[in-house]
Amino acid sequence: MSDLRDLYQQVILDHYRSPRNFGALDPATACAEGYNPLCGDKVKIYLRMDGDRVDGATFEGVGCAISTASASLMTEAVRGLHRSEAEALLASFLALMTGEGEDGVPLGKLEVLSGVKDYPVRIKCATLAWHALRAAMEGGDTETVTTE
Amino acid sequence: MTAPAAAVGNEQRDSAAFDVERLRACFPILERNVRGHRLVYLDNAASAQRPEVVIDAVSDCYRTYYANAHRGVHALSEQSTDAYEAARGKLARFIGAPDSHEVVFTRGTTESLNLVAQSYGRPRLEPGDEVLLTEMEHHSNIVPWQLVCEQTGARVLAAPITDDGELDLDAFAGMLNERTRVVALAHVSNALGTVNDIPAVVELTRARSDAAVVVDGAQAVPHMAVDVPALGCDFYAFSGHKMYGPGGIGVLWGRHELLAAMPPYHGGGAMITRVTFERSGYMPPPQRFEAGTPAIAPAIGLGVAVEFLESIGLNRIERHEHELLSHTVEVLNDLPWVRVLGHASNAGSARAAVVSLVIDGAHPHDVATILDEQGIAIRAGHHCAQPLMDRLGVPATVRASFGLYNTHEEVDLLVSGLHEVRRIFG
Repeated sequence: MSDLRDLYQQVILDHYRSPRNFGALDPATACAEGYNPLCGDKVKIYLRMDGDRVDGATFEGVGCAISTASASLMTEAVRGLHRSEAEALLASFLALMTGEGEDGVPLGKLEVLSGVKDYPVRIKCATLAWHALRAAMEGGDTETVTTE
Repeated sequence: MTAPAAAVGNEQRDSAAFDVERLRACFPILERNVRGHRLVYLDNAASAQRPEVVIDAVSDCYRTYYANAHRGVHALSEQSTDAYEAARGKLARFIGAPDSHEVVFTRGTTESLNLVAQSYGRPRLEPGDEVLLTEMEHHSNIVPWQLVCEQTGARVLAAPITDDGELDLDAFAGMLNERTRVVALAHVSNALGTVNDIPAVVELTRARSDAAVVVDGAQAVPHMAVDVPALGCDFYAFSGHKMYGPGGIGVLWGRHELLAAMPPYHGGGAMITRVTFERSGYMPPPQRFEAGTPAIAPAIGLGVAVEFLESIGLNRIERHEHELLSHTVEVLNDLPWVRVLGHASNAGSARAAVVSLVIDGAHPHDVATILDEQGIAIRAGHHCAQPLMDRLGVPATVRASFGLYNTHEEVDLLVSGLHEVRRIFG
């Protein structure tokens, strides 16, 4: 059961039960929806940009502990970042999940999700919100990205 | 079709003890460990495992007599053709089909349903016509009808289910009319286990329309005796891989007069009488619908799977699985944090050994990961039945589905696994 404790750390369970920054952001300057067609999980990311700085980020949707905690932690982590810093964080997080090295920017609290990489079928749960974040930063208006 | 002697045989088998350990020994994969635990395979509704006799039949075909069927004059081709056609005969007998020419080999239920939609539906459907489904259908019995409706201007309607997960027969009857051309529904719901009363559906349909009744039997044939003349439907589709047979092979049964009037689905070799560049003539069914080289060894393996099931007795399998289902539901009903979806067994209609559930505060995917850690394979997700999930108001469920080799001990392991979920997510 030690592996499961790595996966379901208290921080993850806490963010699952009490997700931070949950709900629509009004006003928002961009939003995007992430959808995993394999499991039906959905997450919608709202962004408010102040120039090139992330002034606020929220999310709503239904998902498992991993996808909900990942979205919750992400909205906390990107707030106040410059666009380029948020993009670097995104790249580092995706690299952590795919096991492509840890040379990127420090992930801080997001490290609690590192256990997911040992469960390949769950990686898409953890990355769903981040793909939506990228779409929101790139696209602007509402669009849906899928994990497939 | 059942000879009196066979009926006596069935009764004798029914009264004998169901030796699940002896049956488990027939399935090599059940020996393996997963993450340090003996495999507990409760994902049979997705795909079942194969007994050694099926694996050996496929292997034996490739090792000793494989060649293309219906083509060569050489010895191997003759032997392969005979074995392939003998398998067709076994499948026909298995479902009580009066004529083995009514049994078309396909790649599986999905292809069977697409075949009916395109070869039966497409030439008949006109703008304003209706295809009547139910809210509990698998995507494979929804999307083929949407495709043919887009092509023809007909429309898809879905009859509602009750909160207990049963088809609302009154509402269904009320939706039938002279524009209803096709009624398509599952014999057994893959997500809830509800067994639909097909004879009642057929009777209502015949009284109110001239629609063909198409039955998705994928979840029925491994678990209960199916006799298509008694059901009264027009088409019956099922897959080999859910009934302990090989993957990539399935069956479409159809009434001969309907099949004989239908155009081909795929064009190619083996389905023609003569080809010129001006026109081609087509073989009668079933060859008309089996273009190209078929899945010969899998078909032969499926014939052996049928014999395996018959040697145990479908009635005994149904009884054994029903005991597992009752055991599971009884234990789960005592856990206030577990909600079992679909209560067809309480509501008076039959239910196959499928349990869909949700746990307070734990998403099905997390449940599946925690159970997998204990070697327990279940399905988490929408079960390719998203409209049903919408109807039930859940994004996904945990589904445990039983097969003939499952045991009461495995039910207990499942339940203790759910307690572990509760301990983590508490």
